[in-house]
Amino acid sequence: MSSTIVSLPDQSTARIPKVNFLTKENGLLSWLLTGDHKRIAILYLISISFFFFIGGALAGLIRLELLTPQSDLMATDTYNKVFSMHGIIMIFFFLVPSVPATLGNFFIPMMLGAKDLALPKVNLLSWYLYVAAGMLALYAMITGGVDTGWTFTTPLSTHYVNTNVITTGLAIFIAGFSSIFTGLNFIVTIHKMRAPGMTWFRMPLFVWAHYAASILMVLGTPVLAIALVLVVLERTVGIGVFDPAKGGDPLLFQHLFWFYSHPAVYIMILPGMGVINEVISTFSRKRVFGYTAVAFSSVAIAVFGFFVWAHHMFIMGVSNYAVLVFSLLTMLVAVPSAIKIFNWAFTLYKGSITFETPMLYSFGFMGLFTIGGLTGVFLGTSGTDIHLTETYFIVAHFHFVMVGGMLMAFLAGLHFWWPKMTGRMYPEKISQLAAVVTFIGFNFTFFPQFILGTLGMPRRYASYPPEFQVLNVFSTAGATILGVGYLLPVLYLTWSLKYGEIAGNNPWQATGLEWQTQSPPLTENFTEIPIMDHEAYDYEWLERQKEKEVTSVG
Amino acid sequence: MSQISPVIWQFLVKWMTNFALFPPEASRIAPQMDALYFFMVLVSLIGLTIVILLVTSFSILYSKKRHPVAVQIEGSTLLEATWTIIPLGLFLVMFVWGALIYFRVYTPPANAMNIYVVGKQWMWKAEHPGGQHEINSLHVPAGRAVQLTLISQDVFHSFSIPAFRVKREAIPGRYTSVWFEATTPGTYHLFCTQYCGTDHSHMIGDVVVLTPDDYKKWLASSTSGASLAQNGERLFASLSCAACHNTRPDARGPSLANVYGSKLRLTSGQTVIADDAYLRDAILNPSQHITQGYAPIMPTYQGQISEEGVIALVEYIKNLDSDYRVQQTTTTTDLLPQSEGKAAPAGQNAAGKDPAGQGMVKQ
Ligand code: HEC
Ligand code: HEM
Ligand SMILES: [Cu+2]
Ligand SMILES: [Cu+2]
Repeated sequence: MSSTIVSLPDQSTARIPKVNFLTKENGLLSWLLTGDHKRIAILYLISISFFFFIGGALAGLIRLELLTPQSDLMATDTYNKVFSMHGIIMIFFFLVPSVPATLGNFFIPMMLGAKDLALPKVNLLSWYLYVAAGMLALYAMITGGVDTGWTFTTPLSTHYVNTNVITTGLAIFIAGFSSIFTGLNFIVTIHKMRAPGMTWFRMPLFVWAHYAASILMVLGTPVLAIALVLVVLERTVGIGVFDPAKGGDPLLFQHLFWFYSHPAVYIMILPGMGVINEVISTFSRKRVFGYTAVAFSSVAIAVFGFFVWAHHMFIMGVSNYAVLVFSLLTMLVAVPSAIKIFNWAFTLYKGSITFETPMLYSFGFMGLFTIGGLTGVFLGTSGTDIHLTETYFIVAHFHFVMVGGMLMAFLAGLHFWWPKMTGRMYPEKISQLAAVVTFIGFNFTFFPQFILGTLGMPRRYASYPPEFQVLNVFSTAGATILGVGYLLPVLYLTWSLKYGEIAGNNPWQATGLEWQTQSPPLTENFTEIPIMDHEAYDYEWLERQKEKEVTSVG
Repeated sequence: MSQISPVIWQFLVKWMTNFALFPPEASRIAPQMDALYFFMVLVSLIGLTIVILLVTSFSILYSKKRHPVAVQIEGSTLLEATWTIIPLGLFLVMFVWGALIYFRVYTPPANAMNIYVVGKQWMWKAEHPGGQHEINSLHVPAGRAVQLTLISQDVFHSFSIPAFRVKREAIPGRYTSVWFEATTPGTYHLFCTQYCGTDHSHMIGDVVVLTPDDYKKWLASSTSGASLAQNGERLFASLSCAACHNTRPDARGPSLANVYGSKLRLTSGQTVIADDAYLRDAILNPSQHITQGYAPIMPTYQGQISEEGVIALVEYIKNLDSDYRVQQTTTTTDLLPQSEGKAAPAGQNAAGKDPAGQGMVKQ
């Protein structure tokens, strides 16, 4: 018995279908004016990769500076700009759009059996807004940068720095609208565009996860927009809402900012969890264990996610009773995440498991997200938060969930759907190696930071006491390995565009509707609208389909 | 080779001797917090081990080689209930335990001595009741509850002493507080942990815990000649607060004796407790809350007194409470070698070194 499920067409005769969404029209304009969700997804993929590598280069600079206790590589001011831009780019220009705007955009309509998203023009507009915002952010960075951190804490951002706060704020404001439109589009599509027979509980869990994330985008992002507008107004005309000297409240900004930014962390993880469902189910040939519980846990995270924001403010002088309530709610929101982890683990039970690259990334996700989530509980516990907040413990926590979680999930999904998107396979061995290198590099980079945080090393420090050096050197060394882990996919994925094996319709023998059509798909996705006459993840249905094909051909 | 190796060796030795894995426990709360921390570490390790065991053992048992055909399973309510309820239960234990510690850290005991700390870009200024003044360092006695009343002059800062496991944000325009009881004499890190601009990473210092005897010596050697309350008294005189706040029957303002900690009834009908924050606000934004029976004639002092000046005034007004004053005087005196802590009576402040002007905002 072979140890892979990959089933490719005969390479000597197979070729990429002549007509597909990539070849349908040619020329730059056909891309820039496209309404095709798949092309827009590709545009997004290119743009977010671009920003990922800028953010990554900045991360490299941060780690280099921290190699030694003194701030010797750059002045503290420069360091502050570097970590601020790193955070802003990675969060608003990479993680928030990462899975939804690329994989979500590409596959939600296909999974639902639809021709496109409900609002194709709005989809294109989202991308233009994103690009405009990204360019503005880069412009702000090149013309002097910004040194407020991604959190824009007032009154620092309003009265005490003279860097490009307004331009950057505007960039994030615009990027916010891009994500509001994406969320809106998903919600409308999921409500209105499902193929006949595609009931809510037949949808892949990837779609459920995006539905929950979309709600967060649509309801949360406007609050961020308001907060940013108030910062700009405070800076330009001094309206004084955040200024205690004018009777304003400096804590108000914190409330507004975190009212968005806590839900935003779930915008940054739910779509990734969606990917993990598809991958784990496919590579263990089993329906996701407890489908309904997993679906509802996404929605529960989205709903509870709105009521925990003040856990970012436990030591800021909010009332003790508020601390009690928010700490309790934070505990409740951690439970659905735990549920998901165990459901995925039990999806493997009595499966028939193979270990292709997407699966390796998913295992990485499960391990790292477990650590990330559990350390979140350390921070949600009000007592220990006092010691751990504002230190490297926080940095480690959110990198475990965002990089160990979301980025791993993104890479899992990218490899999983790469054959569908391009019609060609990525090279398996080297990509498995990349997955392992990433996992090792990640742990080397970020695990020492938990210890640093426990020791009390503050975040956002360009210099630090010498006894923290050993752990920082570990972290920088790990970051180098991690960098290699991220460069490899760029190389071999690009290579595979020309030299990869022809994938055929369904190389993984997966059940989603997106796999029941040619790769790369037609512009209209399906030759005829599919009818969903089975449950999601129904591998027996897939077997019957295959038999039917054989008999009808023979 | 033989030349290089001693260099490398030295380097390694330097590294390893200067290598920390866990912060010292130098306050009374530290071991309590660490107990909870290690409980959570334990739970996390068990949880993580379970996840890893499940994933690896299923991967081995049910790999395609061994188990070519999957068995479809819908789910299991019992199992799912288990992994909902057990984590929830554990998280709730952590929540309660954590909340107990949180309340302990932020509820100072009544007999705590108070030190004011002002944060500004990029330094910490500490004002001791005896008038001692420090920058980027804080001397405290071991074995005594010390309360810090924090405020920022500009942006958010955060006062963090990892060895004590305490931390509190210093916020512009508002007092916050935290307390600790140091247990082990020594020198510990003091960090600003809230990002505050250019030199955030240089806003660091030392917390020096002294034995009670050494502390007395330190107090004596670093006295500035006048206590904080005396400085306040001078300001009170030079800003002519006494023009209205005197105890004469025709005074235009209320008497401030005993006002600290008392309940005030405002014209708006509210009652408020006159704590530090209220006193500060009464000086800077008097029109926001008018005490019943008085006209809104008190001018604002916003922008005219520095944060330290306000602190000195507040400290002075606090000391006008006779009970409190007795208490304060005795506690300060038994720490002082001589009787320096005693506030001089009003009107006798001409002898001070640098009287009026101190504490005013320099324009
Ligand atoms: C023009 C007269 C005047 C001057 C000068 C003045 N105050 Fe007042 N102050 C008042 C009056 C009247 C009230 C009560 C009404 C109110 O709350 O504003 C008051 C209230 C207060 C209170 C609140 C306590 C209470 O019982 O209501 C404090 C504290 C206080 N003043 C401190 C000061 C200090 C310190 C100064 C000098 C820096 C000062 N005042 C200068 C008139 C004055
Ligand atoms: C399992 C659930 C999680 C819990 C219980 C949790 C808890 C927390 C808490 C309490 C904080 C605030 C700490 C503090 O400021 O003192 C925090 C910070 C943070 N978390 Fe989580 N978290 C969880 C999952 C996530 C996820 C999924 C993400 C993102 C994908 C994330 C990203 C972040 C970020 C970015 C911060 C720091 C924000 C900042 O100060 O810059 N967390 N988390
Ligand atoms: Cu949060
Ligand atoms: Cu700081």
